[in-house]
Amino acid sequence: MNTHTKMDAHHVMDAPDHRNRLDDMAQGILGTTMDRPDGPLKVTGTATYAHEDHPAGMLHGVLVRATVPRGTLDGTHDAAVLALPGVRRVLHGDRFLRNPAQGTANEAPVQGSREIFYVGQPVALVVAETFEQARHGAQRLVLQMTPGDAVTDPTADDIAVERDPDEQSSMGDLDKAMKDAAFSVDQTYTTPGHTSAAMEPHAAVAWWDGDKLTIRASAQMLKYNKNEIADSLGIDVRDVHMLAPYVGGGFGGKLGISPEAVAAALAARDLGAPVSVAMTRRQVSEATMRRSETVQQIRLAADADGVLTGIGHVARVSQLEDEDYAEPVTQATPFLYRGKNREIGLELVRVNATCAGSVRAPGEAVGLTALEIAMDELAVAAGIDPVELRRRNIPEVDPSDDKPFSSHTLEAALDDGAKAFGWDGRKTKTTDGDWLVGSGMSSAVRVNMIGESHARVTLNPDGTLLIETDMTDVGTGTYAILTQIAGEMLGVTPDRITTVLGDSDLPESAGSGGSWGASSAGSSVFLACERIRQEIAKTLDCDEGDLTLKDGIATAANRQVPLAQVLGDAPLTSTGVIEPGKTSEAVRQATFGAFFAEVGVHRVTGEVRVRRMHGSFAAGRILNAKTARSQCLGGMTFGIGMALTEAMIFDPRDGRLVNGDFGEYHIPVNADVPQLTVNFVHERDPWANPMQAKGIGELGICGAGACVLNAIHDACGVRVRDLPATLDRILDGLPEV
Amino acid sequence: MQTRLTINGTPHDLDADARTSLLDALRNHLDLTGTKKGCDHGQCGACTVIVNGRRINACLTLACMHDGDEITTIEGLGQPGNLSPLQAAFVKHDGFQCGYCTPGQICSATAMLQEVKDGWPSHVSGNLTGAMDLTDAEIGERMSGNLCRCAAYPNIVDAIRDAAEVKA
Ligand code: FES
Ligand code: FES
Repeated sequence: MNTHTKMDAHHVMDAPDHRNRLDDMAQGILGTTMDRPDGPLKVTGTATYAHEDHPAGMLHGVLVRATVPRGTLDGTHDAAVLALPGVRRVLHGDRFLRNPAQGTANEAPVQGSREIFYVGQPVALVVAETFEQARHGAQRLVLQMTPGDAVTDPTADDIAVERDPDEQSSMGDLDKAMKDAAFSVDQTYTTPGHTSAAMEPHAAVAWWDGDKLTIRASAQMLKYNKNEIADSLGIDVRDVHMLAPYVGGGFGGKLGISPEAVAAALAARDLGAPVSVAMTRRQVSEATMRRSETVQQIRLAADADGVLTGIGHVARVSQLEDEDYAEPVTQATPFLYRGKNREIGLELVRVNATCAGSVRAPGEAVGLTALEIAMDELAVAAGIDPVELRRRNIPEVDPSDDKPFSSHTLEAALDDGAKAFGWDGRKTKTTDGDWLVGSGMSSAVRVNMIGESHARVTLNPDGTLLIETDMTDVGTGTYAILTQIAGEMLGVTPDRITTVLGDSDLPESAGSGGSWGASSAGSSVFLACERIRQEIAKTLDCDEGDLTLKDGIATAANRQVPLAQVLGDAPLTSTGVIEPGKTSEAVRQATFGAFFAEVGVHRVTGEVRVRRMHGSFAAGRILNAKTARSQCLGGMTFGIGMALTEAMIFDPRDGRLVNGDFGEYHIPVNADVPQLTVNFVHERDPWANPMQAKGIGELGICGAGACVLNAIHDACGVRVRDLPATLDRILDGLPEV
Repeated sequence: MQTRLTINGTPHDLDADARTSLLDALRNHLDLTGTKKGCDHGQCGACTVIVNGRRINACLTLACMHDGDEITTIEGLGQPGNLSPLQAAFVKHDGFQCGYCTPGQICSATAMLQEVKDGWPSHVSGNLTGAMDLTDAEIGERMSGNLCRCAAYPNIVDAIRDAAEVKA
């Protein structure tokens, strides 16, 4: 609901904002390590996630999965299951979601339970009075399926390849550059599928009041999600009320609605009672989103000084039929390094497997990781220090279109990181007992953007502050940073601020995804607060710029007035709206960083241990130093997982996901992760938004795996080009014991 | 099935299906949703509770096997405004992000610190007997049954070390 009043503040980001207004504020909480306001709820188990806060009379639904990769569901033996104690309904039909909606889809994905496209597709729901009864019914439901022809091996020689013209680009003559190069690399790198694996499985609780649907969901982007729900059910979006006050992790896996949410809503309508549906861990792995596996051909040509003269990066990814999304592997390649001769391309093949979609940092997470291994190979070939090689290849402008950078911090991050890690005195090609020890590094880069976002800020006569938006906090720290932005702007201490999120009836935000949440939602809060400051200034008869607000006191022209007195009896409310504008296109916006790692490779077993790892990052103004650091720790750990253990394994014979749980898909555990260190490099990016802040949620994974793999090479000489670096890929190359 | 569970000091008479796990009993029958379900297969630790002083995965055990047992869940360790030292340390060190694994981490750490005090060795302990130092490696090893996809691990280690030092 976005009603416009004269108190609204609408800003289109058409020009850089050099004012650095937040630097002028007096409260002193923005950018600090303030604890999360939601922390006490989370550590006591009182924060309510999707499958909590159960309404009275709630029934339980359990999804049933298809067991063939392609074909039709001809029938289900419902009667036998309906006869079981407690079972109330068996549902299937045209409105079932085949797979989740892609991020920002804003409409239903492919629907219908009759046609089967992959193993694990949810094709039925069994609803019963208790979870145990529903689970039993779901296990007992017999599906009559006619198998069809499936494509289950994305590497098959005869597979059809699609090439979207927008994703292919060519400049100069790369073949010639490769021929003329003093040093070159020409290698193929592969990354397997990855799953977001948020700890909270996708779940929904739905109930109807007449035509009105309320749904508690685990969702990242309510503005889009409510439309996806409405479209899936064929109802008016005004009849959809979504709640997601706490979300147990997203990492891209909850960008769009997924099958359990629509199944719960259908069942609740059918039965006239609240229905909950939670996916099992295996269902999350099979029936939400995977990051596509990639095959990446990388060519680097360099002159005698290691300066790149050419870059080739052609990637192949896979996807389910009737889905457009293709993992944007080469997204950062065009602007990261020098080299005027280029071949960049993206190829797509169709498979009958779990839908491919966003997993933390789509594109750079895997694309940059491969590119940064290739850069390490070039450094070795040229005999140039890998940090120095990158320094020499930082372009003045975006080489693909000669656009200026909004701000360029790669060199600063490289310098800061090298110093913090002690790169010059690093352990290289050495031993420690049975461990071969070495060090590696890689660059980090991620594109930066904002999305349209609205937030309402209310300053109450008693001096308390209310912030409202449908934005989510998926662990990212939204509750903290919005509190800090508003408190800083209006001089209110955090204990007097309430931030309400995750309710689709509140002003629409960009949502959490693509690292744009903090910048977008934060800017809308900033704008609303700026408008309120103007109103206060007017009352005090001063310029907004001369107004100081701190601890509930307004100071202007040597006058000190408690805010409560300024306000009188009426609250001041403003809705702030930020919209992306010309600054998105006028300049190349990106965040940069650098990773450094020291690893040990066991000389007998080939086991790899990360002994130390450091990241230095620049992401504009840091809004909360504690939560921003945590985001980086999370990204870097995803990088460790990508380098060493994480791989979705699909059986090429029948497309079945072999390792759909934590017993088999290995995410890093505590003992796998050393005490990582993180530095932030000072930056204010005026082109990004009025806060000069940039996204930080994904930068920490972009290229992180490469520093670990490059360290493995330094330690033991084994160059792993097929991720992850499991023992079998290291053992053969180890030196004789 | 009738089962008497003492949860956070309060007796509860549960009448549930024999197939009900302790985790589902807490979440679906007793409205104690602080204990989380991350996998339902003993692979993630999100459901960790303390039964008769020991940490266990509540998803791997049936409620009806716990007749007469003393169970401590996250709700029993502290409440907003009255946090246990570990809970407070998790907030201070940002030992979580999304918070979904957090109740399990904190229940696990609570019992783990007692295990260390009682001299139980781990895979990384230098000695099998005698007092042991709560090194980062010990904490990391002993907490590896509690997965955190947000990967707050370094902060979890800091929080546990801090809380243990305050206690000592
Ligand atoms: S839910 Fe029990 S270990 Fe994962
Ligand atoms: S805090 Fe999100 S999984 Fe640990």
